Amino acid sequence: MPVELSQESREKIAHLLERYPTRRAVMLPALHIAMQELPLLDDEVCQIIADLLRLPLVDVKGVATFYNMFPTEPRGKYFIQLCVNLPCSLNGARHLLRHMEQKLGISNGQMTPDGKFTLQGLECLAACDKAPMMYINEEQYNHLTPKQIDEILDALP
Amino acid sequence: MAVVIEPILMRHHDRDELWKLENYRAIGGYAVLENTLKELEPDDIINTVRDAGLRGRGGAGFPTGVKWGFLPKDDRERYLICNADESEPGTFKDRILLEHDPHQMIEGIIISCYAVRVKLAFIYMRGEFYLGAKRTQAAVDEAYAAGYLGKNILGSGMDVDILVHRGAGAYICGEETGLIESLEGKRAYPRIKPPFPANIGAFGMPTVVNNAETMANIPHIVAHGADWFNSIGPERNRGTRMFCVSGKVQKPGVYELPLGLPLRDIIFDYAGGLHEGRTLKAVIPGGGSARILTADEAMAVNSDFDALQQAGSMGGSGGIMVLDDTVCVVQSTYIIAEFFHEESCGQCTPCREGTGWMEKILHRIEYGEGRPGDIDLLLRMGENIFGRTICPLGDASVWPVESTINKFREEFEYHIREKRCLPETESIL
Repeated sequence: MPVELSQESREKIAHLLERYPTRRAVMLPALHIAMQELPLLDDEVCQIIADLLRLPLVDVKGVATFYNMFPTEPRGKYFIQLCVNLPCSLNGARHLLRHMEQKLGISNGQMTPDGKFTLQGLECLAACDKAPMMYINEEQYNHLTPKQIDEILDALP
Repeated sequence: MAVVIEPILMRHHDRDELWKLENYRAIGGYAVLENTLKELEPDDIINTVRDAGLRGRGGAGFPTGVKWGFLPKDDRERYLICNADESEPGTFKDRILLEHDPHQMIEGIIISCYAVRVKLAFIYMRGEFYLGAKRTQAAVDEAYAAGYLGKNILGSGMDVDILVHRGAGAYICGEETGLIESLEGKRAYPRIKPPFPANIGAFGMPTVVNNAETMANIPHIVAHGADWFNSIGPERNRGTRMFCVSGKVQKPGVYELPLGLPLRDIIFDYAGGLHEGRTLKAVIPGGGSARILTADEAMAVNSDFDALQQAGSMGGSGGIMVLDDTVCVVQSTYIIAEFFHEESCGQCTPCREGTGWMEKILHRIEYGEGRPGDIDLLLRMGENIFGRTICPLGDASVWPVESTINKFREEFEYHIREKRCLPETESIL
């Protein structure tokens, strides 16, 4: 099956193309829109964006892979982003990372074999007063403890 | 006890749903914009902001009015970018403005656009601010519907558009020329300056880049005047700051306080002080890039830009990270070094390679494999990165390592000699 971008997303991108000073500037917005419906940033997705922006494939791929929010490998149904920078680590974040690694049976950066979870420890997410904190997909969880993490992860369908 | 000091930007932050236009208007929101368009000329605003001495709240503390003054007096298209790519470790104030109070920042942007004659502004927001993006976009949409944005704003003949632009996970986009490259749809490789963005910025046109908190200050300064702003804080360091206190304190949070307040008061009176039975070891006063201060230094310094610079550190992004006596500074330095290695954009060799080497050496010191000479090797490496890169990320990666070694050298030596952390510390790794 070839990858297709929905008409709605194409219209959103077309609208932005009218508003930005250059076509190329719509790169990140277009990638964000595409990633809402397509799971993976592969060559086919890059080609769709390249066609819309009238750029060579290499330009889109070169830019998209510079940023770490666009997945180049499959991610689980639940993408866990745990902040492990200093303020969160001062409040136990790296212990939580190991707790989740053990609980899920995977290492930092990996996906569980059933495709349910991907675990990613990453840099400061700008919520240091809520440390330790994480996102699961776009939902934010604050002041975490191992017990809370167990409850949160166990409750996810 | 903490003296009650009236905040300016966060004055109404206990209000419910302040992110909605009706609630922002209920506290007088957009009245300054309306008055500005009726009563003031663009140069009046530039002069007021310059006379107020407002310094940028992003990191460098450069005077905003002076920055605006660098824009050439020609009729090229020009752009304003509000930098909300908040990624400096220990900093979480822009997030509050974006999620809780976006209209204040938007009003500041529109007034600034009027002042510097910009028709198209961008809010460049870090990609991980999911809620901030929704709230800010909704606020921009409301502002359009109410006639505060778009064509012929409030019948004034002025046109301003704002595009909310999300980043995608790269610290380097906080650097203004990296941000501009990213906005143009490229890798966020910082540019060599000059030319400065004021002359050749986004899309080859004159551009000003101002931090989100800086923009939120603008309506207040225009409403109350330069003299009022100059009554807050010490000379050259006027106004309040949204200080972000995190780490080993009882009440981490954002505290908006006048610049110049003693760092001691911010940590002990406002952020609740240390946990029971702990003593202060060190403070990183201006985000992860800032040089570390010992407890004695931190207790003696004020919180304004100049005082922190004189103390050998910087006010930076306003992120104050507090370390108590349980924290191993080799571990804390390693975590920061790991961050800079991860976030180096890879454009300049000294930074791309050097940040990785520093991380590796700190890793082996921490894990009992440090070699005699490693400490001086780290310092020499820093000298070979410092000042040899296009953007300040290279310098920023050196400051934490160099300053922590210089101030806590015996703790690094202990690790190499004893192959473990000091016994009174608890591992954060």
